[in-house]
Amino acid sequence: MIATRDTRAATIAADFPILAQTTSRGKRLAFLDSAASSQKPQAVIDALVHYYTHDNANIHRGVYELATRATDAFEGARAKVARFINAAEPAEIVWTRNSTEAINLVSFTWGVTNLKPGDVILTTELEHHSNLVPWQLLAAKTGAELRYITVDAHGVHELGDLDEKLRGVKLLAFTDVSNTLGTIAPVKMLVDAAHAVGAVVLVDGSQSVPHMKVDVRALDIDFFVASGHKMCGPTGIGFLYGKRSLLEAMPPFLTGGDMIREVGYEKTSFNELPWKFEAGTSNIADAVGLGAAVDYLEAVGMDWIAEHERSLTAYALDSMEPLVARGLAIYGPKDRAKRSGVISFNFADIHAHDMASILDTEGVCVRAGHHCTMPLMDKMGWPATARASFYLYNTEQDVDQLIFGLEKAATVFKL
Amino acid sequence: MEDFYKEYILDHYRNPRNFGELEAPDATAEDLNPLCGDRIRFDLRIDGDGRVSDVKFSGKGCAISQASASMLSESLKGEKLEDVARLSQDVVLENVGIGISPARMKCAMLGLKVVKSAALGEIATWPDEVPVAPSRAVNDTSR
Ligand SMILES: Cc1ncc(COP(=O)(O)O)c(C=O)c1O
Repeated sequence: MIATRDTRAATIAADFPILAQTTSRGKRLAFLDSAASSQKPQAVIDALVHYYTHDNANIHRGVYELATRATDAFEGARAKVARFINAAEPAEIVWTRNSTEAINLVSFTWGVTNLKPGDVILTTELEHHSNLVPWQLLAAKTGAELRYITVDAHGVHELGDLDEKLRGVKLLAFTDVSNTLGTIAPVKMLVDAAHAVGAVVLVDGSQSVPHMKVDVRALDIDFFVASGHKMCGPTGIGFLYGKRSLLEAMPPFLTGGDMIREVGYEKTSFNELPWKFEAGTSNIADAVGLGAAVDYLEAVGMDWIAEHERSLTAYALDSMEPLVARGLAIYGPKDRAKRSGVISFNFADIHAHDMASILDTEGVCVRAGHHCTMPLMDKMGWPATARASFYLYNTEQDVDQLIFGLEKAATVFKL
Repeated sequence: MEDFYKEYILDHYRNPRNFGELEAPDATAEDLNPLCGDRIRFDLRIDGDGRVSDVKFSGKGCAISQASASMLSESLKGEKLEDVARLSQDVVLENVGIGISPARMKCAMLGLKVVKSAALGEIATWPDEVPVAPSRAVNDTSR
C-alpha cells in the first residue's frame, strides 16, 4: 500500500518526541505554532547529546583529537547549511544567534559603511520587527530614508509603483514569506528590479527556508538570513548568508578572539571569512544540531514538505470556510498559490487571546497577538489575530482538532 | 479555564460598565500589556473627602482584561483614594471567580494595575508580579 501524504506526516510526527504528549487536560497535542518555533526531531536531540557526550572541546586552535572532531563537526554543519541553500562555498555562511542578529550584523557593518544621507532603504509593510527596527535605526544613524512597498488588505504586495519606489534605493530588505499572513513574496522579480538600480538585497528567510527549497544563487540574493529554531534546529543558532565579495568588503561586527589573524598592542588584522564575523567562542553544539536538522529536512525532502504544507493549508482553509458565516474572518492572500502554511484569523468578537486560551483547553497550540508586526496590525486595523501555522509533522487530525476548538469557542462565546 | 468564560464575564466584556472617559479627571492612568496589546485607561473623579465620586475606564483587549476592568470599576465609587492605591490582586480574583491560567494573569490584572497607578500617581507594581517585559516595548516575544 502506498502511504498517503497524511500518513507520512503522522510517521514524521513520531520522530518528534514532544508531540507524543497529552496535555494536563488529557488532550492530544495539536502543535500549530511552528512559525514561532518548530519542534525538534529525535535526530537533532541525539546530535546535541552526541556532541556533548563524545566530541565537546573548543574549536579551531586545539591540536588534540577532541578539538579536531569538534572543529570538524562545527565546520561540517556550516557546509551543510551552505549546500542546503546552494551558497557557492561554506565561507559565505556566518553563524549568528538567530535571524535578528544576522540582520543587525548587516545593518551595523554593511549598512553603516555604505549608506549616506539621501540614500534609500526599501522594505515592505509586512516585515517582522526584526527586519524593520534595525533599518529604522540605520536610517536615523546614516540620514538615509526608509521607504515601504505597500500591501493590500489581504497582505499582497502592491507593485504598480515599484519603479518609483526603487528610485535612490541602496538596500532592499524584505521577507520572502510573511510570518503574520503567510504571503509569499515575488522574490526573483524584486531581486532583479533592485539589482537593476544597483541596490543590494537582503532577504529575511526565517519563514521560507524551513518550509521550501531556497536557492540563493538561482535567486541572486545578496544577503539571506534565517533562524535554526524554526527549521527543526536548536535555539540560539542562526545564520547569515552573504556573497563573498560583499562580506569581504564589510568591516567586522563584534570583535575579540577568534575573529583575528594577528593582534599587536597597536594594530590588529582580521581573520578571513567567515570567522571574521564570529568573535568569541561560537555556539558550537547548536551549530552541530542545526547541521543535523538540515540532514533531517533533506532526508524528508523539501519539495515534499512544501507540497504537504500546501495541501494541509488548503484542507484547513476548506475546513474553516463554513465558519465564515458565523463570523470567522480569515486573513491573508485569497490566492492560495500566494500563501504559505500560515493562517491568521479572528472569530466574531472573540479576542485572539481568549481564542488561544480556549483552543489551549483542547490541546491546540496557536499564537495570538501582533506576531511582531505591529505596524501591519495597525494598518489592517486588527488589535490582534490568532495564528495557526503548519509544518511537516502536522496532520489533518491537527486541523480537525483546531476546527473542533473553533466550534467550542463559538459555543463558549454564544455566537 | 472553560469555567472562566462565565455568563457574567461575557456580559461585562460585551456591555462594559462605566465605559468611557471623564472630562478633566482628577486622577488618570493608562497602560498596555505589551505581550498582547491589551490597553486600559482609568479616569477618576475625587471629591473633597478624597473619595472616588466618579469613575470611567476605556480600552480594548480580551474578554478577561476588559471584563475584569469593568467589574473593578463597579466597586470603586465611595472608596478613599488611598484604599484604591492599596487594592490587592485578590479583589480581581474574587471578581472574576476561578481559574485564570498563569499566561492570562497579566490580562486579568491590567485594570487593577492601571487604577492603582492612577491613585498612586505612579506606576503600581506588586511583589509577585513577574516582569515579563517593560511597558511600551518596541519589540516583544509573541512571534
Ligand atoms: C519573518 C521573520 N523574521 C524574523 C524573525 C526573527 O527571528 P528570531 O527571533 O529567531 O531572530 C521571525 C521570527 O518570528 C520571523 O518570523
